[in-house]
Amino acid sequence: MVEQTFWDEMTGGGADVRTVYGRVNEWLKSTPPDVLAARRTQAELLFRRIGITFAVYGEKDAAERLIPFDIIPRVIGQSEWSLMEKGLIQRVKAINAFLCDIYGAREILRAGLIPPDLVFGNPHFRPEMAGKRAPHDVWVHIAGIDMVRTGEDEFYVLEDNARTPSGVSYMLENREVMMRLLPDLFSNHRIAPVENYTDLLLNCLRSVAPPRSAGEPVVALLTPGPYNSAYYEHSFLADRLGVELVEGHDLSVRDGVVYMRTTQGPRRVDVLYRRIDDDFIDPLAFRPDSVLGVPGLLDAYAAGNVTLANAIGTGIADDKALYTYMPEIVKFYLGEEAILKNVPTWRCREADALKYVREHIGELVIKEVNGSGGYGMLVGPHASKAEIAEFEKKLVAQPDNYIAQPTLSLSTCPAFVENGVAPRHVDLRPFVLTGAEGSRVVPGGLTRVAMRAGSLVVNSSQGGGTKDTWVIEDA
Amino acid sequence: MLARTADNLFWLARYVERAEFTARIIDITARLAALPKAYGGGAEWESALSAVGSLERFKETYEKADEPSVIEFLIFDPANQSSIRSCIESARTNARAVRTALTADMWQSINSAWLELRTLEQMRAPFERMSRERTDPFLDVVKAMSRDFDGAAYRNMLRNDAYWFSRLGLYMERADNTARILDVKYHVLLPETEAVGGSLDYFQWTSILRAVSAFTAYHWVYRQSVKPWLIADLLILKKEMPRSLVSCYDNLARNLDAIGNAYGVQGPSQRHARAMLLRLDSGNVEAVFERGLHEFLTEFIADNTRLGAIVAEQYLVN
Amino acid sequence: MRIQIHHEIVQTFDPAAKGLIESLRLAPRSHEGQHVIDWRIDVEANCRLRRTEDAFGNFTDMFSLQGPVETLRIVAEGVIETFDCAGVVRNSIERFPSELFLRDTDLTVPDAALRALGATIKSDDKIERLHGLLLVVREAMQDNEDGESAASGLTAAQALASGKGGARDLAHVFVASARAMGAPARFVSGHYFDDGKAGAQCHSWAEAYVEKVGWIGFDPVHCICPHESHVRIACGLDWLDAGPVRAASPGAIAQTMAVIVRQSGFLHAASAQLQGQQ
Repeated sequence: MVEQTFWDEMTGGGADVRTVYGRVNEWLKSTPPDVLAARRTQAELLFRRIGITFAVYGEKDAAERLIPFDIIPRVIGQSEWSLMEKGLIQRVKAINAFLCDIYGAREILRAGLIPPDLVFGNPHFRPEMAGKRAPHDVWVHIAGIDMVRTGEDEFYVLEDNARTPSGVSYMLENREVMMRLLPDLFSNHRIAPVENYTDLLLNCLRSVAPPRSAGEPVVALLTPGPYNSAYYEHSFLADRLGVELVEGHDLSVRDGVVYMRTTQGPRRVDVLYRRIDDDFIDPLAFRPDSVLGVPGLLDAYAAGNVTLANAIGTGIADDKALYTYMPEIVKFYLGEEAILKNVPTWRCREADALKYVREHIGELVIKEVNGSGGYGMLVGPHASKAEIAEFEKKLVAQPDNYIAQPTLSLSTCPAFVENGVAPRHVDLRPFVLTGAEGSRVVPGGLTRVAMRAGSLVVNSSQGGGTKDTWVIEDA
Repeated sequence: MLARTADNLFWLARYVERAEFTARIIDITARLAALPKAYGGGAEWESALSAVGSLERFKETYEKADEPSVIEFLIFDPANQSSIRSCIESARTNARAVRTALTADMWQSINSAWLELRTLEQMRAPFERMSRERTDPFLDVVKAMSRDFDGAAYRNMLRNDAYWFSRLGLYMERADNTARILDVKYHVLLPETEAVGGSLDYFQWTSILRAVSAFTAYHWVYRQSVKPWLIADLLILKKEMPRSLVSCYDNLARNLDAIGNAYGVQGPSQRHARAMLLRLDSGNVEAVFERGLHEFLTEFIADNTRLGAIVAEQYLVN
Repeated sequence: MRIQIHHEIVQTFDPAAKGLIESLRLAPRSHEGQHVIDWRIDVEANCRLRRTEDAFGNFTDMFSLQGPVETLRIVAEGVIETFDCAGVVRNSIERFPSELFLRDTDLTVPDAALRALGATIKSDDKIERLHGLLLVVREAMQDNEDGESAASGLTAAQALASGKGGARDLAHVFVASARAMGAPARFVSGHYFDDGKAGAQCHSWAEAYVEKVGWIGFDPVHCICPHESHVRIACGLDWLDAGPVRAASPGAIAQTMAVIVRQSGFLHAASAQLQGQQ
């Protein structure tokens, strides 16, 4: 295996520290490791006390585990961020236009830009939504766009999350914990705030409420319940938004209107920020065995009596096979070049690409088209011969199911690990909010960091940690 | 508020209160069991089971009601829905589901008791008998949990329906517990007119007072030695006594009124609670004994349970 | 042929349902092979029926009820005129290109056995291959006498493995294996009218798409293409999309719903006259 070189966000690969990291570097130099260790312990205590935990699939006893938190902030300059922000908003705009089209006139298929079977054969394409319009033509109200950086000016989108992206609670809590632990470091910088995220989210949700004769729109957050891995985030957000946290059985649909059961009788609900997957959201329309959902919800949506955020069927837009068409999608709907680059991707469904992928299988990352959370993927350079052979069998049996990408040289940031400060790989998930009045992005997002040396897997389900992300004024 | 949230808060408070009561019962039973047999003892552990209303269920799985088996059953047995373990677990499940309605320290009080329980259970070898040296500190933890939870609620919760529903759970459970412990000992609680059997009963009487932390309070209220009819008077009819039935109902009526006023509608639960309060408020201990203490308590427990059903019907399961 | 149909569904809930919400697909739409003369749906309870059209263009009637409900009777009845079009479905409502009907669903995921069904057919002609499949499915599956499947929710693969099933299971098996052969296929629910014997019966069959011809019906139970005797109600990717009733009783745990279906059908008086005129 060839040793790769990585771009470090603090040093830029050179001997000097990049300007944006100047003060963080000074702080790191002047702070002895035992102080850093003490701060980390304090941070962990704080997180445990607030109750931020994370359930991992398939681990019975670890039902409530902490995600590792790294106390060294990741710093992004305002000018770098501005460009990224523009690109994010552009991308989400295109995603929404794509969803309107694909569930409406399907012009992009007629234009021959996307193979139709990629849409019609896609399990995340919901025939039930065809012909329906989303209020204000917003389908994806909350998007999490996973970005990676490989150099000074090189940003790539790794994947789009247009269903129910999670992690925003970590972004908010990380900032709060950092402000409590490191006040001095804060007073040395001018950092764009993130705490207004929930305010923006509430405005966004209210802006898409169905028109109603009287009263303020009632918003609620629909969760699968306490056993869901992201339940903490659901309750955290409901609390910050000041809305009810409801489970499926708290809601009922009568004559096409959604009500929640309260101590004062049924109360109408206008907007549901739902964190339940499409499959489970309405047993009358989708999986009939779902006990998490609300029977009749799709009908209420179709009748225009409730808005779902995100809308049903948005998964088609974060499909990894469709991802490869994003640059064309941006151009088709907006008539602009995509500001954010895609990672070069081989679509294994295409014979030439499959051939290339099989020849270079040891160098590539191969992902399932519909997988998520770092499951069902092969990281070629890190896999054993047996694992590769095993995976290749699956790949050849169902090439449509896979895409392949080069192993990106993900940038590194300084992180505080067992034996001091060392570079670790990071990615970034900014959250884009879209309501009736357009899109907003809170500066920064959630930085995920692979805490193991050399590891490129940042998913929290695979031992990744998080960092506070600072967008600071350029010096 | 959501009906489910109100239901969770109600039961959360009940489970916390129940766990504490069970801990207290174990405490005083251990105390009584340490007396010489001549003091009228012998069946202390069995009557502990009656006091928490679990004697029947105990007999389904255990043979003899001795200290180790009763302690096992009341503290650790997951099959016993009223064991301290089950109560803490149910309380925590309910708390998790309504975490946004709780203050951070309320959650913490339950979560740390749960962590203590887990530690205790992890340290334990299979089938190992727990020594009192290990269970006693845990019982203190349970009492502290209840105190912390209650105190945090009292100090920090907004006075809205969330608070009121949780108070309903607390006082309904407390009234039930006080009535039950009186009922277990009703045969030693004799009216003034009857000759008292002998000074041996003294320890039975005081054990009741200790179970509800009223030993000192008794002396402040009556300023005389412990008399059985005055114990009944204190725990049923004295408003100053926070665990008395009348005090519980004073609080229940008040909290239900607060809900009724906030919602602008009074209903069957307000009427039922007020009627019960009126009965207790205007009663006297002679009349209670005249009817029969046991009969009075049986009826009270049934009425209290009925209030639970009415509240559920009116607010929690609509 | 002019057919009068009476379709009655009686649901019994134990314990009584506290609330109820249902979506019904009981109303036919016209196409070249059938003309709906008159049709009505009646739910015998105090509720409002809201008619919408689902993704596939089927009429869907939704209603919700506050309980307790122990028994509920739903009646769909009307008069319909059918024509023999040799199984070809023309001028039906189509909301999607045929490609959509290559999708697998939970009930129709093909396993090796389902793939093998089509693989044995030796023909290059698409229509012939589908007719071949009809025979193969019929041979592989014994028909249950009662017309509908005993166990609901059986997948195509499970049904094929058991070697028997009702009309629904046979249709699922046909649909799943046709898709595995590369032919867009869908599930159809409706009625089968048999003048001699049983009158009308709830029935299910399949349709497959052949370029230049369009959608063609295949009825694996009778091993024919649908004709005058078939009244087409709804279509979709599988039973869940096209079946007559989907019901949910919110908050119900361990509740059972027993369903009795009564049907009758007879040649409408006008039918004889009409045939006389022709």
